[in-house]
Amino acid sequence: MPENNDSLVRFTNIQKSYDGETLVIKDLNMDVARGEFLTMLGPSGSGKTTCLMMLAGFEPATHGEIFLNDQPINNVPPHKRQIGMVFQNYALFPHMTVGENLAFPLEVRKMRKNERKQRIKKALDMVQLSEFEHRRPMQLSGGQQQRVAVARALVFDPELVLMDEPLGALDKNLREQMQFEIKHIHEQLGVTVIYVTHDQSEALTMSNRIAVFDDGIIQQLAAPDILYEKPENAFVAQFIGENNRFLGKIVEANDVSCQVEVDGGGLVHAKSVNIAGVGKRATLSLRPERVVIQPPEGSLPNIFDAFVKELIYLGDHIRTRVDVCGHNDFVIKIANSATHATLKRGDVVRVGWEIEDCRALDPSD
Amino acid sequence: MTDQVTTQEVLTTADGVPLKISLKRAMRKKMITSLLLVTPLFLFILLTFLMPITDMLLRSVDNKIVGELLPRTIPLFSGWDENGQELPGEDIYRAMVEDIKEGAEAKTILRLGRRLNFERSGMSSLFRKSARTIKRIEQPDSYKAAMIKIDKRWGDINLWRLIKRERGSFTNSHFLSAIDRQSNDDGTIGPKPEYKQIYIKLFVRTMTLSLLITFMTVLLGYPISYLLATLPTKISNMLMILVLLPFWTSLLVRTTAWIALLQKEGVINDLMVAIGIISNDHRIVMIHNKTGTILAMTHILLPFMVLPLFSVMKTIPVSYMRAARSLGATRFTAFRRIYLPNSIPGIGAGGILVFILAIGYYITPELVGGVSGTFISNMIAYHIQGSLNWGLGAALGTLLLMLVLALYILYDKIVGIDNMKLG
Ligand SMILES: Nc1ncnc2c1ncn2[C@@H]1O[C@H](COP(=O)(O)OP(=O)(O)OP(=O)(O)O)[C@@H](O)[C@H]1O
Ligand SMILES: [Mg+2]
Repeated sequence: MPENNDSLVRFTNIQKSYDGETLVIKDLNMDVARGEFLTMLGPSGSGKTTCLMMLAGFEPATHGEIFLNDQPINNVPPHKRQIGMVFQNYALFPHMTVGENLAFPLEVRKMRKNERKQRIKKALDMVQLSEFEHRRPMQLSGGQQQRVAVARALVFDPELVLMDEPLGALDKNLREQMQFEIKHIHEQLGVTVIYVTHDQSEALTMSNRIAVFDDGIIQQLAAPDILYEKPENAFVAQFIGENNRFLGKIVEANDVSCQVEVDGGGLVHAKSVNIAGVGKRATLSLRPERVVIQPPEGSLPNIFDAFVKELIYLGDHIRTRVDVCGHNDFVIKIANSATHATLKRGDVVRVGWEIEDCRALDPSD
Repeated sequence: MTDQVTTQEVLTTADGVPLKISLKRAMRKKMITSLLLVTPLFLFILLTFLMPITDMLLRSVDNKIVGELLPRTIPLFSGWDENGQELPGEDIYRAMVEDIKEGAEAKTILRLGRRLNFERSGMSSLFRKSARTIKRIEQPDSYKAAMIKIDKRWGDINLWRLIKRERGSFTNSHFLSAIDRQSNDDGTIGPKPEYKQIYIKLFVRTMTLSLLITFMTVLLGYPISYLLATLPTKISNMLMILVLLPFWTSLLVRTTAWIALLQKEGVINDLMVAIGIISNDHRIVMIHNKTGTILAMTHILLPFMVLPLFSVMKTIPVSYMRAARSLGATRFTAFRRIYLPNSIPGIGAGGILVFILAIGYYITPELVGGVSGTFISNMIAYHIQGSLNWGLGAALGTLLLMLVLALYILYDKIVGIDNMKLG
């Protein structure tokens, strides 16, 4: 998407330090396309909010330039950037009614009263809160406040909206409903959204692309399915979805595949994604749902004996922890179907997987 | 059938005791505990606050002394029409002589003189003189004539009217004085002579100066509090110590320091003369007048504005201002429309605190206020310690208290007490 040259936001070589000693953002380069829903995902303290704050103009970048519509904005004050923003605690003005909150951005733009009224009505309709116009924020539930915050960030028709963990304070059901609503609004309006979360399932369901942050660096920036199925490093593999990990030494390798002598014992065939070469170490990453139970002899390149240590019933699937190749935290997900394998604790079973599903990552010495 | 209905109506606990009763029993224990917890404080407040206040309120109308010291005279007054032109009858004169004799022996009559002197000057000396000479009157033909012979003021009908008017155990005369009014000889209530009218003026001055001081503390305290609330905690805690520093030095020391600074031969005048802004003959009078009071009290009361303001501002999230800016407001608009309204409770709390403290302030106006900068409390102190007219002092105090309460209620009506936050 960034290649189509229609980028709305561009970070170039951004570095940020608060204290002059540590870099919170190390070298950020990122393009956000017009109309895109881009999510920044990462653990706490990885610098996501800092990025948003620099974009919104509340924190200066220590180095580098941010472009909005191809214009450098480092010296543009926040109120001239025309960026809508939804804060984690909503930041609704408590002394104003919902209607007044929405009127605020229009009033400071000196919009006439009639048009103001129309816009407010439209925005409130969009979030289905028309009858709450005269309530104070305190008199609304968390979800309703959240919707008001979204409406307020959109009411002045910004091209770009930033949302910093907007659903962090909501319970699970409401969260899922709001994810859907925000996604829906995004599609309806065609506005560009940069969204911050540390909930990976939220990122996966909502985004066009996800930027996985860690330690001030974008670890991978890709569409959700690619991120999940083709993680480029062990951090991404670990952070998105569940993941089984083997550490080992490469004994044989070519561009497509490699063989790794796993630390606990056993030779695993894996796909070469990012490896340093024979004799070097690598991390193997394998999704639990890609493991096959009791495969016919010789049907898969990787087949090992596994010792069942624990079974956890989770409704739609059974989480099974087994001991394979000296790794006793190897997890398998067995779908709960009529024909699923019935295992018991203490059983010894055969497990296997494809080369394609086992990715060799993270070159190191 | 009926049995079932009753068991449904009266719910019981497992052991058959009605639910309400056992609930009450459980609650009683709790209540006794909480009562015991409050009792010490309650007793303390009763002893140190409620009782003195009540005593003061009562003193402002208390007039028992007249009835106590003229036990024979007072009951006879009903037989005398004070609106006529006649002096009281012989019986009243006779009773008065006996009362004064007894009072002279017990040496209590001078107190009566002092009390009535507040109503009319010369009463004190009249009673002193009468007490000295009253022994001479023994079985005279006419008590009236004998008394008038001792002092011809006893023949003044207005004096008798005054005594009759003040015969009750309660009097309104202190309150009348406190608002510059008096009972005229004909029993009507009118203004005091111009040269004796001081209290209303003082009340007004106390109010306006207190308002001005409150306004000044807001003006000076608001920016400081804003800075403190927005700085990182580490730095703001340090600066807070500077704000609180005045609390650590004695009030007297601070006030005296102001005298050293502001007086005619003081530091500031010396400096200005040295620089040449003013000439030596035109040194500015900045103390022992209103200016002195305003300056010194603004300084002394400033922390009481900063503390509540700071604690309210501390609770205003940074994101409010940021949200406003991102919505397109300039720094100034964001401040005016978002920050300021959210900090109003702090201004309210600080304002009320400073105003109420200022309105009753005593030491500072006393030391630096001169004549034009004293407050009503200085007058109260004067009546309690100097003139010993406790009744008037109490009446002034009561009026001050009512004024504060009235303002408090007014504030509640306009701003709303719930809108006030002290932290
Ligand atoms: N105002 C500040 N002054 C100094 N350091 C800061 C400031 N704001 C953030 N940091 C530091 O910068 C780093 C990144 O913070 P940031 O708020 O961007 O993280 P985040 O990814 O948004 O985390 P979270 O998911 O917890 O919100 C953290 O280590 C934090 O301690
Ligand atoms: Mg954050």
